[in-house]
Amino acid sequence: MEIGNLQRRYLDFASTLFHEGFLDNQFTQLQQLQDESSPEFVLEVVTLFFEDSEKLLDELSRTLNQQAVDFKKVDAHVHQLKGSSASIGAQRVKNVCVAFRNCCEEMNQEGCLRCLRQVRNEYFLVKNKLETLFALEQQIVAAGGSVPMMW
Amino acid sequence: MGVDREAEFHVLAVDDSLIDRKLIERLLRTSSYQVTTVDSGSKALELLGLGEEPGLSSPASPDKNEIEVNLIITDYCMPGMTGYDLLKRIKGSSSLKGIPVVIMSSENVPSRINRCLEGGAEEFFLKPIQLSDMTRLRPYMQKGKVKEQQQSQQQQQQLQEKNITSGSSNSNSNKRKAMEDGGIFPEKTRPRLSSSSLASV
Repeated sequence: MEIGNLQRRYLDFASTLFHEGFLDNQFTQLQQLQDESSPEFVLEVVTLFFEDSEKLLDELSRTLNQQAVDFKKVDAHVHQLKGSSASIGAQRVKNVCVAFRNCCEEMNQEGCLRCLRQVRNEYFLVKNKLETLFALEQQIVAAGGSVPMMW
Repeated sequence: MGVDREAEFHVLAVDDSLIDRKLIERLLRTSSYQVTTVDSGSKALELLGLGEEPGLSSPASPDKNEIEVNLIITDYCMPGMTGYDLLKRIKGSSSLKGIPVVIMSSENVPSRINRCLEGGAEEFFLKPIQLSDMTRLRPYMQKGKVKEQQQSQQQQQQLQEKNITSGSSNSNSNKRKAMEDGGIFPEKTRPRLSSSSLASV
């Protein structure tokens, strides 16, 4: 596929991610911080986010499925997930975390389990979208083109 | 940790989140600051040499263990020592209290913000931090450098005066008070500055 088409596909895909709320302006901030001195910056940060989140999701599952739930611990994990999702611009994940923290405060186990399912969904959705985005970037570069800026 | 000759200011960033450390480091480097990141308040204090001999933050001694830092930016919510605890330790230390401290938090809690500002923080940033926030750091670091220069000028001057006149201890303590208060009693210091510092300039 020629470079122009690849670049158009990339821009279209990226803009739907923003329109559908998967990503917010913070992601754009990350892209703006990437340059020749740090050419893989976005990929590196997002990879850290993937690793961190999956650990947290497993921990949350363990903690919430116990007889006596330690809601303080659950809240601490959700706080961390909320922070890291906000830092990379994963807006929908962050929003579920806000609701999740409310359930923790209310010590509502059912509510928390519901939120966990939701946050897990949103996380894997955005992970999939980001991986697709990076793959499109790689295609452009492999074809000899440059990745267009979205701002 | 190499010395970056291009960057004139060195920032110490404290955050327990690996992602946020990576982000703040990139933000600071992009803004041409030299950066060191640590993951806890206690590591920060260790790096700053707190708990060891006082008054060793001399830039003329690079072989000492502590580093020279022009600003500390710290997360509020950290396990163990919070950003507020770190702030109080720094402001409570005679050797470190001159270093400007900025606090970051993902949560907009007015009582928390006030507490930090009252505790001596220069500013409170809401996370996620952006590139535009980095430009707000420079004035604090510049003010810090000027204060440092003024202090060493005052010290040189005091030494000169001790040699020249018998100088009453009362006026010396006023000058020290003026330095600490950030120049609240300029009238007391001005005659002294004009009489000797012009000669040394």
